[in-house]
Amino acid sequence: MYDVSLEQLEEIDAILKNDLLTIGVHCTIIIDIAGNTIAQIDDGRSSFDVTSFAALAAGNFAAVDAMAQLVGEQQFSLHFHRGEHESIHFSKINDEILLVCIFGQDVSLGFLRLKTDEVIGKIKKIWAG
Amino acid sequence: MGFINVKKKEVQIKIVYYGPGRGGKTTNLDYINKKYKQRIKTEMVSIKTHGDRTLFFDFLPVDIGKIHGFDIKIQLYTVPGQVKYNATRKLVLKGVDGLVYVADLQQERRDSNIKALEQMRENLISHNKDILKIPLVLQYNKIDLKDEGVPLLTFQEMEQDLNQELKVPSFVGSAITGENVVVTLKKIISMTLISFRKELQ
Ligand SMILES: Nc1nc2c(ncn2[C@@H]2O[C@H](COP(=O)(O)OP(=O)(O)OP(=O)(O)O)[C@@H](O)[C@H]2O)c(=O)[nH]1
Ligand SMILES: [Mg+2]
Repeated sequence: MYDVSLEQLEEIDAILKNDLLTIGVHCTIIIDIAGNTIAQIDDGRSSFDVTSFAALAAGNFAAVDAMAQLVGEQQFSLHFHRGEHESIHFSKINDEILLVCIFGQDVSLGFLRLKTDEVIGKIKKIWAG
Repeated sequence: MGFINVKKKEVQIKIVYYGPGRGGKTTNLDYINKKYKQRIKTEMVSIKTHGDRTLFFDFLPVDIGKIHGFDIKIQLYTVPGQVKYNATRKLVLKGVDGLVYVADLQQERRDSNIKALEQMRENLISHNKDILKIPLVLQYNKIDLKDEGVPLLTFQEMEQDLNQELKVPSFVGSAITGENVVVTLKKIISMTLISFRKELQ
């Protein structure tokens, strides 16, 4: 069992808002490998069941990771699903925590990757401090 | 692992129903879903095969109200019981806080009950968890089959096979009729919360 302080959660929320929502990401969620939701920020326009989404996302990520190990990779660093309107991007913050972004066609994958790398760097610092 | 969100004032707890294939894990969640319809805001998520066997997991979030001002959110999962899905079972066990082991009372399932429990012990070890320490409840399921004349194991036999060393709470029940389904759930929730409180101190 673990917890994250109120200050840490607020800093994380601010980073997600400033760095990801501003570039057009519709919704961003931080989950742990057990499927718990640690933080969630959205633009208020998307409405879906975040709890179930987190459980599925954690399962999906864990499954892809296990497949990577079977073919002799440590991990596939990028998980990405493209849809007609919404796409989903997964990245690892650390071994326990994932960052998930849901975004539309107006955001390019390259730019999003750049931004998520930045965000992960910042969040790691918060976790460490 | 349980997660405490101090901002939203909520505690998230993961409870996994584990056990041999066709033992009745999914049926337990189905029953809980129907019984607590008003407390469950979302659909149950089931990743299953066409034959209704669990392929990855079932997922059902249940809110049980507040304790010390914190909303307690219980997340129920089942594993796929079929022998071939052990890699998937291990994944579902990630971060588990409490376990319900659903065994099958039918005599012909005796070996599978024992084998699946042994494998659960090993799978927990791979996540650095000890079967003797994690909150665990046993459910001996399908007692309703007695009335149909199906040969069943006795409670004593089940205890001898599965609970000699563990010495955890165990209930004879039926996921179909609902007998002891809620009792099992309440027991594992309270055990998990108690072990949480210990960790917090
Ligand atoms: N008679 C009787 N049948 C039951 C009971 N519980 C489950 N069943 C039946 O047993 C079969 C398997 O039940 P499931 O709940 O799908 O079993 P499971 O453990 O989820 O199986 P896997 O997903 O393959 O691991 C179904 O046909 C159920 O209707 C019970 O208490 N009594
Ligand atoms: Mg099932």
